[in-house]
Amino acid sequence: MTPPAGTTMAQALNAALRDALDGDERVLVFGEDVGPLGGVFRVTDGLTAKFGEDRCFDTPLAESGIVGFAVGMAMGGFRPVVEMQFDAFAYPAFEQIASHVAKMRNRTRGRVALPIVIRIPYAGGIGGVEHHCDSSEGYYAHTPGLKVVTPATVADAYSLLREAIDDPDPVIFLEPKKLYWSKADVALPARTEPFGRAAIRRPGADATVVAYGPTVPVALEAAEAAADEGWDLEVLDLRTIVPFDDGTVVASVRRTGRCVVLSEAAGFAGVGAEIAARVQERCFHSLLAPVLRVTGFDIPYPPPMLEHHHLPGVDRILDALDRLQRDDEPDTRHLLAGGAA
Amino acid sequence: MTERHRDGRPRPLLPSERPIRFLTDGGTPARGPHPYPEPDPDLLLRAYRRMVVGRRFDAQATALTKQGRLAVYPSSRGQEACQVGAVLALDDGDWLFPTYRESVALVTRGIPPVEVLSLLRGDAHCGYDPHRHHVAPQCTPLATQTVHAAGLAYAERRKGSGRVALAFVGDGATSEGDFHEALNFAAVFHAPVVFLVQNNRYAISVPLERQTAAPALAYKGIGYGVRSEQVDGNDAVAVLAVLGAAVAHARSGGGPFLVEAHTYRMEPHTNADDATRYRADAETERWRRRDPIARLEAYLRGLGRLGDEEAAAIAAEAEEVAARLRAGMNADPDLAPLDLFAHVYREPTPQLAEQRALLRSELQAELHAEEVPV
Ligand SMILES: Cc1ncc(C[n+]2csc(CCOP(=O)(O)OP(=O)(O)O)c2C)c(N)n1
Repeated sequence: MTPPAGTTMAQALNAALRDALDGDERVLVFGEDVGPLGGVFRVTDGLTAKFGEDRCFDTPLAESGIVGFAVGMAMGGFRPVVEMQFDAFAYPAFEQIASHVAKMRNRTRGRVALPIVIRIPYAGGIGGVEHHCDSSEGYYAHTPGLKVVTPATVADAYSLLREAIDDPDPVIFLEPKKLYWSKADVALPARTEPFGRAAIRRPGADATVVAYGPTVPVALEAAEAAADEGWDLEVLDLRTIVPFDDGTVVASVRRTGRCVVLSEAAGFAGVGAEIAARVQERCFHSLLAPVLRVTGFDIPYPPPMLEHHHLPGVDRILDALDRLQRDDEPDTRHLLAGGAA
Repeated sequence: MTERHRDGRPRPLLPSERPIRFLTDGGTPARGPHPYPEPDPDLLLRAYRRMVVGRRFDAQATALTKQGRLAVYPSSRGQEACQVGAVLALDDGDWLFPTYRESVALVTRGIPPVEVLSLLRGDAHCGYDPHRHHVAPQCTPLATQTVHAAGLAYAERRKGSGRVALAFVGDGATSEGDFHEALNFAAVFHAPVVFLVQNNRYAISVPLERQTAAPALAYKGIGYGVRSEQVDGNDAVAVLAVLGAAVAHARSGGGPFLVEAHTYRMEPHTNADDATRYRADAETERWRRRDPIARLEAYLRGLGRLGDEEAAAIAAEAEEVAARLRAGMNADPDLAPLDLFAHVYREPTPQLAEQRALLRSELQAELHAEEVPV
């Protein structure tokens, strides 16, 4: 079925779950409040009514239990799609995720695979109180055995979730909360690119902005603003953090010669650091300036009235561009080791 | 350290078969005998006053969400007997470990209402000084505070302070692993902690039946060796009686105590929740007839301890509290963005100092932009 024009990301995710439940009896949806309530963000709205209590159901309130139960059910032949209600509330399940979900295939030398999707509404920008806004992608991306996916567009939300459910490996599916109500005219079902392929959301010649999930619209907005200052920015949407698309990123930076990595998470030891390092390793001779990261501060997520100071916005991206010195000869020698200049 | 009857038989850990109640739904004395002594009428009158003030506070906070003054508010309307009862059963030096729903308890503890609401207004994660009030920050991740309460109570026991801790926890959160670990630690270390489960029937949309197959949440103490009891949570007399006994048990070296209070959340989970999706009005209506404040009021009037004049004075006091709260919340909070870096570590790391400088220059640029119109 095709939702009407102006589909929200939440509706697209809902449609993906509905189509997956429809298409494969082994698919199950469970978690906290996903049943009659339809999830606190209504992503599972109507699924229990349509498919019954056996296919979409509420569990006791226990994240470790939910994920551990999913491990057992996946071993028993089902394909669980579970919901963690908010990013920080997945931490009780972290033991199950890191020790078991991520490692089962490896521990059993390929004999036991876990096709589980763990959906997590994540990141900030919606005025939520503490523990409702964490950017936790770094923990998952650092854990071998997990795929880490975060959609930025309505079509990708549908397509990536369908692919996640079909995937033979466990997928951490991070849903940017602030994009749940973003809209696009998309006819569903829609299929976009497969996992491991970044998308160029805006082609440009002067610098590449690498973004994912909640920061993609911010990067696009910054590109508009930067155009007024004479910058032609290329905006890349990773779509999947793991697997990582070195090819598209490298090709883009070799073309533009400059790179800014954008993320909401604290910058230190984060996904942005990994990307910057990879770009440096692969594009060193094409770079006209150091790779810069524009990230949230290295602080616990602030109270809602102050979150706008923490979240990287257009201005902070424009400031970074200043440091990339587009015009004239790049004077970046002072940044080289030893400071010989 | 098993508790024993005088004849040496171990005392059962089992709660009473039915929730303890002193009052009927209408507020007349319920048939006894009661296994716990009835609280002093002065204490009941104090509780009544705090409950009336608490409800007015709660209604005002709910109204403020409609004006956008609070990011979110989880109401405790209907749960006043538990929230006030818990605080009045403790001494001021005893510790409270609240969740996001315990605003009324914190106001009862004497924390200024505006400070209580900082978390939910969104200007600070914790608006009050925990050490000053002996109240931990309101906890949002479920059940995690129960383990803290066990640890603090054990610390107090080690110091020989005679202080106890009380942890609030919801029915839903009793499913979390931390709740079970807390009971076990508290029992093994004989920590003077009271776990107060406010069983308000729902965890957001999920009803109790989906949370547990146990006959009562109070039974969860048994396997850990924790004395447990269940009480009618809308009967303030019973709540005070049982919590009084639980606190005395913990304080006198008896170890932890679990109280399940059967109550009901009259409002949606928070102002953002749609309760019509998961429960029927008729059910809410049934609980309205067991309103904790109305029951206590009827009882106190029956005892001759509350007259029209005093009731009016208490209502006036509640109005005053609400007016002060409105004024406090309508004033914009003092926000200090640079404080974002102040309390990550005692001394900021060099990286944080750099980031602070960056934010500072951004703020200065903003100021400039305001002052110098272009
Ligand atoms: C670890 C964790 N998981 C999920 C949530 C999201 N959440 C907030 S309140 C709530 C329901 C809690 O119900 P209950 O424990 O019965 O307490 P009540 O809100 O009814 O007082 C849920 C699921 C959370 N805060 N923490």
